Amino acid sequence: MFDQIFADPLTLFYGALTGFLFGFLLVKGGVTRYQVILGQFLLKDFTVLKVMGTAIVVGAVGVFGMRAMGMDVSISVRNALVVGNVVGGLIFGAGMAILGYCPGTAMASVGDGSRHAIFGILGGIVGAGLYAEAYPMIGARFVDSIDLGRVSLDSAAGLSPWWVILIMATIAVIGFPALESWERRQPKPRRP
Amino acid sequence: MNICWKWLTAPRWSPYVAGVGIGVLSWLTFGLMGRGLGTSTTFVRVAGTLEGAVAREHVEANPYYANLLVDRPIVEWQFALVIFLLLGAFIAARLSGSTFVEHVPKLWAWRFGPSRTLRYAAAFLGGLVLVFGARMAGGCTSGHAITGGLQLAVSSWSFLIAMFISGIAVTFLIFGREGRAHV
Repeated sequence: MFDQIFADPLTLFYGALTGFLFGFLLVKGGVTRYQVILGQFLLKDFTVLKVMGTAIVVGAVGVFGMRAMGMDVSISVRNALVVGNVVGGLIFGAGMAILGYCPGTAMASVGDGSRHAIFGILGGIVGAGLYAEAYPMIGARFVDSIDLGRVSLDSAAGLSPWWVILIMATIAVIGFPALESWERRQPKPRRP
Repeated sequence: MNICWKWLTAPRWSPYVAGVGIGVLSWLTFGLMGRGLGTSTTFVRVAGTLEGAVAREHVEANPYYANLLVDRPIVEWQFALVIFLLLGAFIAARLSGSTFVEHVPKLWAWRFGPSRTLRYAAAFLGGLVLVFGARMAGGCTSGHAITGGLQLAVSSWSFLIAMFISGIAVTFLIFGREGRAHV
């Protein structure tokens, strides 16, 4: 390590451009706010789910569409390491409830004026280091112990990915208006 | 032009518009750059680089670090992404004339009081747990939920469901139903 600090300029430019647009969109979507993310977990404000759900459906249509048109969009699906995915997800959710951001929105929220998120990011670096140190002990023995391979919902169900996308889109089109009517019935926030 | 400016300076967009934007951005990263949105690997690169500055052999001998840091650049695509996340967010907030600054969020202050020290300590601990979990799961909300979710990966949907269940449960444990009046 330390032989090479920077990747090539084009790669860095692409990364920077992606980050810039992503950060811009996260702020405009309102998901760089602690109150919005905690409002999601308190089942009162469903902004997070709306942003995420729309991104997933739109992203899926484009990526599978590009593949169908013969473009080389060859990013392989990650192995389903079920223990790691589920236990890691449970730990992640607890951390997100305490911090009020996920790693990406924490970075963006600092640009949007959150000061406490800076401490969350520092904690995140320590958490990443602790995991790397723990990995030789818990990796093979626990986290990676059940490997279902590079399995996707469509291959597991024996369906075309378009059926799965259609089902997701249908759930979104019916579910989001239902969530909005739920949101309108919630009490307004009190003055502190 | 005028409409465009009005739009760029709006404090918030519809969440669906922002979602479509992120979805289309992922077309670009997949189609043009051959990558998927992600952030949490960068936390490992930073931790490994800091640790490696004092104990290089130790880091190189760790398979988890070595996979990311040996014979590879430190500041690569995702690292640049994570840094510019902050800048993009800053510009978006400034364009809308936002003067928002938050040390202790309202919901937190209602439950635990206005102490900045307590909130900073909790944020640090929360961030630690968050990224530890992300690395165990193999990704976070961007890398797993969006990038993996749109590829319909079983790993990502398992993560996504576990994350939401735990997030809801822990939030209700901390703030209770009464917390709902403060968001």
